[in-house]
Amino acid sequence: MTAVAYAFRSYEFWLAYYRRVWRGSIVSSFVNPVFYLAAVGIGLGTLVNKSASPPGGVTYSHYVAPGLLVAAAMQIASTESTWPVMGSFKWTRSYYAMSATPLGPASIFAGHQLFIATRILVSATVYLAVIAAFGGIHSWLAMFAPAAALLTGLAFSAPIAAYAATAESDSAFSAILRFAIVPMFLFSGTFFPVTRLPTVLEWAAYATPLWHGVDLGRGLVLGTLGAAAALGHVAYLAVLAAAGLAVGRMTYTRRLQR
Amino acid sequence: MRMIGCVSPPSGGTLSILGLDPRRDGATIRAHLGVVPQLDTLDFELTVRENVIIYGRYFGLSRKELRCRADELLEFVQLDERADSKVEPLSGGMRRRLTIARSLVNDPDLLLLDEPTTGLDPQARHLVWDRLFRLKRRGATLVLTTHYMDEAEQLCDRLVVMDKGRIVAEGSPRELIGRYSTREVVELRFRDEPSLDLSTRVNGLARRIEALPDRTLLYTDDGDATADRIHELGLHPQSVLVRRSTLEDVFLHLTGRTLVDE
Amino acid sequence: MTAIVVGRGALLFERNLMVYRRAWLMILSGFFEPLFYLFSMGIGLGHYVGKVPVAGAGLVSYGSFVAPALLASAAMNGATYESVNIFFKLKYAKTYDAMLSTPVGPTDIAAGEIAWTLFRGLLYAVGFLVVVAALGLVYSAWAVLALLAALLIGFAFAGLSVAGATFMRSWQDFEIFGLIQLPMFLFSSTFYPLSVYPQALQWVVRCTPLYNAIALMRTLMLGGVGWAQLVNVAYLAVMGLIGLAITRGRIGKLLLK
Repeated sequence: MTAVAYAFRSYEFWLAYYRRVWRGSIVSSFVNPVFYLAAVGIGLGTLVNKSASPPGGVTYSHYVAPGLLVAAAMQIASTESTWPVMGSFKWTRSYYAMSATPLGPASIFAGHQLFIATRILVSATVYLAVIAAFGGIHSWLAMFAPAAALLTGLAFSAPIAAYAATAESDSAFSAILRFAIVPMFLFSGTFFPVTRLPTVLEWAAYATPLWHGVDLGRGLVLGTLGAAAALGHVAYLAVLAAAGLAVGRMTYTRRLQR
Repeated sequence: MRMIGCVSPPSGGTLSILGLDPRRDGATIRAHLGVVPQLDTLDFELTVRENVIIYGRYFGLSRKELRCRADELLEFVQLDERADSKVEPLSGGMRRRLTIARSLVNDPDLLLLDEPTTGLDPQARHLVWDRLFRLKRRGATLVLTTHYMDEAEQLCDRLVVMDKGRIVAEGSPRELIGRYSTREVVELRFRDEPSLDLSTRVNGLARRIEALPDRTLLYTDDGDATADRIHELGLHPQSVLVRRSTLEDVFLHLTGRTLVDE
Repeated sequence: MTAIVVGRGALLFERNLMVYRRAWLMILSGFFEPLFYLFSMGIGLGHYVGKVPVAGAGLVSYGSFVAPALLASAAMNGATYESVNIFFKLKYAKTYDAMLSTPVGPTDIAAGEIAWTLFRGLLYAVGFLVVVAALGLVYSAWAVLALLAALLIGFAFAGLSVAGATFMRSWQDFEIFGLIQLPMFLFSSTFYPLSVYPQALQWVVRCTPLYNAIALMRTLMLGGVGWAQLVNVAYLAVMGLIGLAITRGRIGKLLLK
């Protein structure tokens, strides 16, 4: 019980910090949703909608919007759990400041993850509001889309932060972003069904957490989600997030006690 | 230091802090500790006051209480005028004082200071010493590590000399000087290379003689008498300095003069 | 003066080569990013989009439509990112302090880093063009000039973004770059032709730097090079020169105080 209370104290640090730097995230949280939906959904949509069988059988903006909602969660999760984590160990050393107080490594880790979760929820809610504004919501289940984004985000942020706690330099981070995050963004069903990919890549896409998240989020917003699929997606993402949290607890403890 | 701070597990032996076991009661112990780490862990995005407040929140103190407490502490370390400044433009001494103010936010029973004045200018050092001395007078227990022997002499009631991770001596500064050195030291410098038989000639003038490349040290209980004897012997050093023995002499005697690379 | 600047700038170039020899993965990743976009758009979305009309080239596949735009955007992103980074390192991170205590001056550093940035951009452009040509997405022999165009685009954006960076007060101000770059990337006819917009908006888009860069690149690679391309080239050259002039006026004031 106290561990939870401690996690909220570490969370409070991140909120205080965020009060100072929130301007920097305006772009990723509020402006990106509008720009991406306008350019891809509406602009590119005019080309895609001419197709005899558009993806998902709906207007392209309606198809792509939930995908972007979930993909944004992945992007926020992965940037927030790389440099800021390393920075708190190496540059500002704020984790060490916390560890000199009653807060333990697990609470320090959990507090940071809670903060990332908040960032994801805010971004997803903004996305959902914009989607609602242009009539892209097909089912009342859409209200759970931010929760799907949150779960997807944690499936990224927890394992990545667990890794970042072991990293000695930030050189691997841009490689992760460019060789894992960007390809997932482009090929895991955000913009078009993965069935369009060559078979090998298609199966690779099914293995990515983003595909599960996007399929889940899109199913909720468009109201096309089957119970079995929903269960499968949630289970897959939850296992990843839980594993990340368990490993992260270990790597944070090891790094802070070293 | 990190083991006492309950952030690293004890590597061996027994450790009990404030009567508690760090393995089991880490969080409880840390709630009563103040820590000034070797490297500052301040937050550059926050203001000076916010740094103190958020640190207090880690201890679960209320926001209202902390607002007063922060002002009080910043005044104590003479940073009240910079309370709303960011950390970035602060000088090294100011940052150190802020770290000390922050470590006091929970009114600790035990304050751990890891090289609190390393890298500071003399004014800043004396200010830090002054504040630490006041804390001590108020009854706080300070545990501090330092490479500066004058700092140890200024602040410590009881000190432990460590060499390669082992305790080599223990006692009050005065006791240690009495035990491992003489009351005074005579430092001789010669214009030319000291002749080979110098050490044999001065032999017997002091309790211990140390011939260094640039000077010869004579450890004695009466420096002036020893200096007179040297002149009587017909030696004409370029300079003769009679001074009191310091902890530095003790430290160098105990741990040797060769460089230790950590 | 110029000779000295170039000479010392070359030292920096050498240093970067040394540093990046160990960070080759980073260099390589910059090459893959536009290709990932190309495959995603060309293979994935191309199926739904079909053929796109391009003035002077007729109907082209969606892949060949986006390829030139991706090359132009990559040149912009690379130049902006690097030059803002250079300025940041110079002013805040004090990365160059050791160098500045030697005969190397701030102008040498800026010149060397910009030359390095352009060199890196050129490498990427060559790699990208080879892949695109191998995929048969290039229709015009003018494409050889696309390399020069990539350099020009890099120069234009590097000049202006370093100039902009000299006005930044804190690193959070650098977000403004994202705020300008992303909409340009998304809206400057990168992923769909200008005809999608209403007439008035078309003229707004025509005035943006990235539109000019993309228009130039697209005609070079797909065909239809005409006098309009002189306007594109002039636009980009003037933009780079203005940036350089502003930077020169401000850099000494900011760095040598």
